Amino acid sequence: MINLVAIADKELREAVRNRWVVAATLLLGALALSLTLLGSTPTGTTGANALDVVVVSLSSLTILLLPLIALLISHDTLVGEVERGTMLLLLGYPVARWQVVLGKFIGHMIVLAIATLVGFGAAGVAILVTARDVAAESWAAFAAMIGSSLLLGGTFLAIGTCVSALARSRGAAAAVAIGLWLVFVVVYDLALLGLLVADQGAHIGAGAIEAVLLFNPTDAYRLLNLTGFANVSLFSGMAGLAGTVSLGVPTLVAALVAWTVVPLAAATAAFARKEI
Amino acid sequence: MTEAHVIELHRVAKHFGKVEAVRDVSLSAGAGECVALVGHNGAGKTTLMKLMLGLLHPSRGDVRVLGHDPCAGAFAVRRRIGFLPETIAFNPALTATEMLRFYATLKREPRSVVAPLLARVGLAAAADRRIGTYSKGMRQRLGLAQALLGEPALLFLDEPTTGLDPALRGQFYGLIRDLAGAGATVLISTHALGELEGVADRVVILDRGEVLADGSLGELRRLAHLPIRVRVKVAGPHAAAPAWLRDAGQAVNGHHFDLTCTPDTKMALLRRAVESGSAVDDIEVAEPTLDDLYAHFLSRGDAR
Repeated sequence: MINLVAIADKELREAVRNRWVVAATLLLGALALSLTLLGSTPTGTTGANALDVVVVSLSSLTILLLPLIALLISHDTLVGEVERGTMLLLLGYPVARWQVVLGKFIGHMIVLAIATLVGFGAAGVAILVTARDVAAESWAAFAAMIGSSLLLGGTFLAIGTCVSALARSRGAAAAVAIGLWLVFVVVYDLALLGLLVADQGAHIGAGAIEAVLLFNPTDAYRLLNLTGFANVSLFSGMAGLAGTVSLGVPTLVAALVAWTVVPLAAATAAFARKEI
Repeated sequence: MTEAHVIELHRVAKHFGKVEAVRDVSLSAGAGECVALVGHNGAGKTTLMKLMLGLLHPSRGDVRVLGHDPCAGAFAVRRRIGFLPETIAFNPALTATEMLRFYATLKREPRSVVAPLLARVGLAAAADRRIGTYSKGMRQRLGLAQALLGEPALLFLDEPTTGLDPALRGQFYGLIRDLAGAGATVLISTHALGELEGVADRVVILDRGEVLADGSLGELRRLAHLPIRVRVKVAGPHAAAPAWLRDAGQAVNGHHFDLTCTPDTKMALLRRAVESGSAVDDIEVAEPTLDDLYAHFLSRGDAR
């Protein structure tokens, strides 16, 4: 336990020193604020649900950005230290290898949590100041978005850590990380869409689509945010889908958690066998 | 200490794919002993250290450190080991104090040990500077400081003096002698055998993953049976020198004769030179240096 805390603390310290924390927080904060302040323009002042609009637009951008930040932080974490030679020294100490993997993950998770909470929190404060009578349900949707963003960040930190444990060099790790980002964020949905169009509903049923969506953490996140709350799904244009997709919030959260636990376990197993 | 040997390697081999980094090495070291691993780059020194640290699993053979299998990673055992890797690397963004506190925590040492330790290696003034601003020598000293955390019973030092200036090097070996004197076992790897005189109790010469020689410096000298070179300066020209000198020695540059002898015949030779009276001006005796010794064992290894 002491080792986990020590490693997480060192990871956090390094992220602060390397300006990762500041950069990620500013990026997410600037994004959230600009969407909040500019994004409410099209709906005009008549739309009482300014926050719902923010949830829709912010979660759509988070899907692109947060996985990228998470992969950037984590892809280097193990292979980079091995290459620089700091891992050799660290493993000479009374530390178990799983503690190194998990401690680093926890440290990175704290970095992401700071960035998300502060960045998105700024948007929340802006809404609080500018918008009048926001429905309680909208606040719930906003809070759920922050929470699910943390889950999404966690999955990609775990995936990045797994890449870092398996890769032979930092360059390979970076290439694989970018490739995975492309696959999960862009290619997967495009391919699925193409498949559905080609199929014309002949073979692929709703159940199969649901299963396929669970195999991509970004889709699980999207469904969680865009269909989880009725007022939000109306804006997102997902109301139709929300009616047909039967995946409940627990299933989606479980999918995201599984997407964190499995890569992390794989990273631990791979790193345990690695010869430094 | 209850263990008979702090380090015990029995017929250890390690190969990476087809490359045999270590083959059939048996080695032991007792408490308070300072053992030097000497060999070229790639002789297997670092691999041996990693095996003893439990970072690598042996392909064959048995490794025991402080009475345990290092690969089991027993916490209590690891706490008593200090390690200075060959190329010491730290995160450049952290300060020396932060870095040592982190390592102290891992060894369950109180934070209060950090400042005195930094002072001991002469880094007190730079303790709160980022490691990124350090010179090579300073990083090496910080490396030594982390290896000394928690008064280890066993120290692995992988080429510790590369990049240190001679003054620091002397200080460094002084520190190692102190540690060994206090009962710590020190395993030091180097390719500068010459530095080890007066430091290492035993020298293990490694070549291509095999032990070529293992013994104290004196024993190795005897084993190598290297000739002692004696140079005698005569007062007059070569032709006027005593007959025995002209027979046994080789004439060089005007007034000198070069002779060789063994440790057993050295005194007889010297006495004879002295008895020659005023005919002999000067006597120089050159014992084989450690580097000669090293070269001898290596060439013997090549001949096999």
